[in-house]
Amino acid sequence: MTKPDSDRQLESNRKHWARDLKVTLWTLIIPPTIWAVHFLFCYLWVAVTCAKSSAPGTALNGFPLATLIATIAALLGIVAAGYIARVQSETPGDPPPHEQGTAIDRLRFLALSTRLLAGLSFVAVIFTALPVIIFGDCR
Amino acid sequence: MTTESTPYVAPDQNDPAVRKGQEDRLREVWKPPSGWFFRWTDVNNNRIGVWYTLTAFGFMLFAGVLALIMRTQLAVPNNDLVTANTFNQLFTLHGSMMMFLFAVPMFEAVSIILLPQLLGARDLPFPRLSSFGYWSFLIGGVFVSGSIFFDAAPDGGWFMYPPLTTRTDLSGLGADIWMLGLSFIEVSSVAAAVELIVGVLKCRPPGMRLNLMPLYAWYILVVAVMILFAFPPLIAGDVLFEMERLLNWPFFNAEKGGDPLLWQHLFWIFGHPEVYIVFLPSIALFAMLIPTFAQRHLLGYPWIVLAAVGTAFLSFGLWVHHMFTTGLPKISLAFFAAASEAVAIPTGVQIFVFIATLWAGNVKKSTPLLYASGSLAVFVIGGLTGVMVAVAPFDWQAHDTYFIVAHLHYVLIGGTLLPLFAGLYYYWPLITGKKLSDRLGRIAFWIMFVGMNLTFFPMHLSGLLGMPRRVFTYPEELGIGGLNLASTIGSYMFALGVVIVCIDLALSPRRPKAPRNPWNAGTLEWLAHPDDEDWGIRSVPLIESRYPIWDQKNFVQKVDEGRFFLPDAEEMRRESIVTSVLDARPVQVIRLGTPSVKPMMTAVALAGVFILTTYHLYIWSAVSGVATLACVLWWLWTSTAEIPEKPTKHIGHGIEVPLYTSGPSAPGWWAMFITMMADATAFSGLVFGYFFFWTIHNDFPPSGVGLNGPGVFWPMVALALTLAGWAATVGAREVHRRGKVGAGRALLVVGIVATLASLFAGLAGPWYSGLDPELHVYPAIVWTLAIWTAVHAAIGVIMQGYTLARSLAGKMTPVYDADLRNITVYHHFLALTGIVTFCTIGLFPGVA
Repeated sequence: MTKPDSDRQLESNRKHWARDLKVTLWTLIIPPTIWAVHFLFCYLWVAVTCAKSSAPGTALNGFPLATLIATIAALLGIVAAGYIARVQSETPGDPPPHEQGTAIDRLRFLALSTRLLAGLSFVAVIFTALPVIIFGDCR
Repeated sequence: MTTESTPYVAPDQNDPAVRKGQEDRLREVWKPPSGWFFRWTDVNNNRIGVWYTLTAFGFMLFAGVLALIMRTQLAVPNNDLVTANTFNQLFTLHGSMMMFLFAVPMFEAVSIILLPQLLGARDLPFPRLSSFGYWSFLIGGVFVSGSIFFDAAPDGGWFMYPPLTTRTDLSGLGADIWMLGLSFIEVSSVAAAVELIVGVLKCRPPGMRLNLMPLYAWYILVVAVMILFAFPPLIAGDVLFEMERLLNWPFFNAEKGGDPLLWQHLFWIFGHPEVYIVFLPSIALFAMLIPTFAQRHLLGYPWIVLAAVGTAFLSFGLWVHHMFTTGLPKISLAFFAAASEAVAIPTGVQIFVFIATLWAGNVKKSTPLLYASGSLAVFVIGGLTGVMVAVAPFDWQAHDTYFIVAHLHYVLIGGTLLPLFAGLYYYWPLITGKKLSDRLGRIAFWIMFVGMNLTFFPMHLSGLLGMPRRVFTYPEELGIGGLNLASTIGSYMFALGVVIVCIDLALSPRRPKAPRNPWNAGTLEWLAHPDDEDWGIRSVPLIESRYPIWDQKNFVQKVDEGRFFLPDAEEMRRESIVTSVLDARPVQVIRLGTPSVKPMMTAVALAGVFILTTYHLYIWSAVSGVATLACVLWWLWTSTAEIPEKPTKHIGHGIEVPLYTSGPSAPGWWAMFITMMADATAFSGLVFGYFFFWTIHNDFPPSGVGLNGPGVFWPMVALALTLAGWAATVGAREVHRRGKVGAGRALLVVGIVATLASLFAGLAGPWYSGLDPELHVYPAIVWTLAIWTAVHAAIGVIMQGYTLARSLAGKMTPVYDADLRNITVYHHFLALTGIVTFCTIGLFPGVA
């Protein structure tokens, strides 16, 4: 999705619904929290299923599909958080390098940090989902 | 914040006489106590922080000597310098001390010194809590480390795996000393975490919005939050562990339905984040000193925040990589291997940010920078072997060999120890006003750097050649004699480097004072004057930049002349400014604790509980417990939530803020909230235990004599009573706030009765159903949950009674109601604990 710079500039100058959302330390940790929930979901499903069965070769029925759904849901959540953060991190106002003690620079900082965390969480969620391609049972 | 409208006349800061008067008052108010005993009752962060640092440094030297003895034993094959038993004590105590008595406390100690200065605060919000933490640490640390002189040190390895350590016929008093002594220190760690979080969030100077915070403060915030979630699972594990050792409740005993793996889970849920808890604060020192020596702003400030927060989260998804060889399903291992690889990303980001800053800056070579760059090199090697052992099949080969010993020492020396030496050389002028010797520092660095590599690099090879960890000797035929000798020689070199640093420190008092801000740094802490006053900062500045000394015009002069906020102590009280979390707007002036013997007495009393329990002196331990409670109540009653003599105070520049707040804007409320987060995490560790046992048993709960219970009736009664007690407390807060003091008191009485009744009802279930906790793990875990909740209910009752007494004594009014608001936070958490406990033990057996 590359657009000419002038277009993006115009667009970012416009009012955007995402800029009306509150940005706090809590919103900063939404992406990694999504990673944590996804991670726990995958781990607990496997841990409980395998601990409850006596045979080591027990197949993890339904787990690949569940992982797929959970992963898509988690990635969508992270992308949404990242998108909102991106819009917020481009809030026009104070001049670069955006490290002044102003409300807009504080907003841009928190939003940019959220956006970076969304990137990391996106990768980490994919990492967590990968084992399901190789392993299908409790061995 | 209201604008000036009363006929208040601001002091004329241009008048030297006015300034002199202010300084005299500040000096008087912040005067340290004197006398051979009372000087130790000081609570000023300058002094507590220094004592804390020196104590932790002393423990590090002690643990280092233990390591030298080990290396001497391992220098040649079949050596008999020490016995196998002594060797076990040496490595256990070395690891435990370095982790619990050096790395974590050192971070807290350094933060107690630095944080108020970085934030332009006069002190941390709870100076007496710092003092309490210090004395707890000192007593607990001496107790644990001294045990080796009595041949009673713990000997089960620093992670104390059961059943070796839970069976009293296999491990003696040492295991109890480890559990109880270190639990005590964990309490002080959590206390420090509470203090540091509230400090970072609420005690920043006006204008220091989140995006202007020094990166050190960001790291401290992240690490302190990690402590809140990492230490409590270990505390929960310790509780189960001691119940097994002292009362024979079989949590980790497989014969009675327990499972030793539960300990490994609880330990490593603590243990892996722990690595980052000790690593991030050291890296935080780099984030302060690298901009100074690059003479420019740090590049990529948000990237550092990404790295710190990202690492904090991911580090909680790594714990099973310490358990790759326990036979868990491969797919489970793969999840943790994936997270272990992912955590390399934020870790790498930080390193690149530092390199980029140095690259873009105008680098001034210096001793601190030498240590910083050297430690990054060492750390990267440890990080890379970390990526190797994060791959499960490789780990199966390397697990429990010297390869792991090499890996963890590269990580910890590169990621914690050498950065601390960098910090030592950088911040010594801040604390003593004098620089250390650059020459000695450089010599020490190179000796340590070479020694460190000579010690630990060969261990990779000896490990791959088959040398297991924790053996007290090895046969000549293994062919690892030369590698071990090299390691031993290296360890003595490293020790020589440390000795040179100590000599450098010892020579410091004879050296002249350095100029102020000798490195030409830009951050707030360098306002410190070589001939420092005890008041912390002359006036609390308005912050407009990340590097105010560099960027804000006449900044130092304005601070010194008291032209910013709070330049005076008119009422002769120790004070600091509380600001809002996101944007640091002034919201309150708090009165800080003054020197007092109460924190020290509380620490001594609490130490009694842990130490006397170790020796099974339960009656005396209970007496100590009562004494602790009395000390705490005395401390709280006499010096907290004091009603001020006037509602508001001018802090300068036309700003007038309240002297008392309650609820979410008050530091005390936050402290309660944060403490209860830690408490809830410990509780969730116990609940995890219950469900863990459910997963490993097909018949859980089991049935039979002494196994049936606790039924549904009593748990539900207890739940209803807990909720009634909670509702009464919340109701009391609401009606009291509206001025109906009598109704508030009446509701508190109702709350006391209901909560007290819930305590007994909660225990009635397991009691009347005759659950025998020694028989099987099911009754044991049910009893544990019930007792945990009952103890919390008892504390809740004490809080309600205390608040009622405060109201009756006129120390709490509808306007000044911090006590009631704070205990309501506690009761929210108590209600949550009750809901989870009673639904789990009462209802879960019906659906399991």
